[in-house]
Amino acid sequence: MSGHSTYQPKTGIERWLDARLPIVRLGYDSFVDYPTPRNLNYWWTFGGILSLCLASQLITGIILVMHYTPSADHAFASVEHIMRDVNYGWLIRYMHANGASMFFIAVYVHMLRGLYYGSYKAPREVLWILGCVIYLLMMATAFMGYVLPWGQMSFHGAVVITNLFGALPIVGPSITTWLWGGFAVDNATLNRFFSLHYLLPFMIAGVVILHIWALHVVGQNNPTGVEPKSKADTLPFTPYATVKDGFAMSVFLILFATFVFYLPNALGHADNYVEANPLVTPAHIVPEWYFLPFYAILRAVPDKLMGVLAMFGAIACLFALPWLDTSKVRSMRYRPTAKLYFIIFVVACCILGLCGAKLPDDPVLGHFKTFTLGDADLNSFVWLSRFASLYYFAFFLVILPVLGLVEKTLPVPDSIASPALSHPAAAPEQATAAPEMKG
Amino acid sequence: MNPSADTLALASTEFDLTKVADGQQVTLKWRGKPLFVRNRTPAEIQKAVADDGAAMKDPQKDADRVKPGKAQWLVLIGSCTHLGCVPTFGGGDYGGWFCPCHGSHYDTSGRIRKGPAPLNLAVPEYEFLSDTKVKIG
Ligand code: FES
Repeated sequence: MSGHSTYQPKTGIERWLDARLPIVRLGYDSFVDYPTPRNLNYWWTFGGILSLCLASQLITGIILVMHYTPSADHAFASVEHIMRDVNYGWLIRYMHANGASMFFIAVYVHMLRGLYYGSYKAPREVLWILGCVIYLLMMATAFMGYVLPWGQMSFHGAVVITNLFGALPIVGPSITTWLWGGFAVDNATLNRFFSLHYLLPFMIAGVVILHIWALHVVGQNNPTGVEPKSKADTLPFTPYATVKDGFAMSVFLILFATFVFYLPNALGHADNYVEANPLVTPAHIVPEWYFLPFYAILRAVPDKLMGVLAMFGAIACLFALPWLDTSKVRSMRYRPTAKLYFIIFVVACCILGLCGAKLPDDPVLGHFKTFTLGDADLNSFVWLSRFASLYYFAFFLVILPVLGLVEKTLPVPDSIASPALSHPAAAPEQATAAPEMKG
Repeated sequence: MNPSADTLALASTEFDLTKVADGQQVTLKWRGKPLFVRNRTPAEIQKAVADDGAAMKDPQKDADRVKPGKAQWLVLIGSCTHLGCVPTFGGGDYGGWFCPCHGSHYDTSGRIRKGPAPLNLAVPEYEFLSDTKVKIG
């Protein structure tokens, strides 16, 4: 796609097909001959890992549907039927359920990598936004999928999330009724979520194709953030990237398998093995781990509508990121101050995740009370989540815009292949040895 | 994707009040949501009336939340006005209900007193068919 195609059809059949549908050529240009920057580190392997996750979710999901019954009366029992009676049903279901978590682990790493190396900056804005769309679709899919087993957590999670939309003025109540298909979360809700849960992954696959297309138009970013300038800066995708991606996938699969075979329920909630009961809410209701930071932001705000807006705003910040960051330097490798704020940002996200899992009024340290500030004690998770949320928004809305204008950056190399030669100021041996270890 | 006709038809239900012991509550399912029918003790009623003047998010008199002469019976939609969880009976700082999801406290009249919920627990449309029978919806 970038540059000239070097594909040479060798056999008669290939020549025949190439003249009619150059699909082999497309594959060759995209995944064999495609030039990748020579200095990509392992953080760049998560794109491949994510494709693997999507494929695994699709395959296991399609098999699960063959045995699942989408009805409020039978859904819970049919999941137990899958676990006990279906051949390798336990394996398929555990792969699907833990696969969702793995998918999110990979997507968060992938996003943070983009954030750190400035992969959202011109000309990659559309590439970044398509990625954000995929992330949004993933969240919707994961949420609806979690409802399908119709356990207590499924049910009351669905109640809480659908009610979030009810907070919006004017349209809110209609949206909620529309999602429910009735007066409350019930059979109609389960059926429409099932339908959408089957549809959305294929939409994700479609956007992934656009994402890869956009990637191949603008080319990959790399740890230096400098565009490849000559042949010396790139390597062909095969074998270099394929082998590296393959290795990273294998390592990732070890982690995946560890969860599936040894800790299959570690990331879930015991309450979801209790069938849904609309009349009793479990005492401690929390979403799946990958939503916890956003859940914490929601609870940090005492007002219902503002809480919902803050939560959606947290995601909207990602979409606006290409225009919020004003820095001319792409990679944070050459932005020492930004790097520091980035690390604090990652810590803040983890803190938010922790806060989302705890009860808001529980003390953070020990069991003592300090003094009451506003509606809660200062030594409580709700205040911790307020500070972390504040930092989350400040990072996007204040730090990145302002820092780009005032920051003193380190010298950026002229090209990927020769960072040391042209810039004696940048420590030469570190710059050449770094690509594999840094970041 | 709006509700189908048979879903909308699940509109009303009748309930026999003798099933609720003094000071207790029965939870039934109405339109897919929990419905609380609470038989309040005189002390609970008194507490609710005494608080009529207190600072509240959604001020309302206790008398406006029950049928005249039937202050003992409190009929409420049992879904938290925050995000719809089911509050637990008798919990919280005000002895009414406590919502475990994000910590909303309701008093013995079902009014929101503390926490993120914006409104009091809703009173559905209902009427007394006799002294011991109500029709809800
Ligand atoms: S749903 Fe009751 S406090 Fe949030």
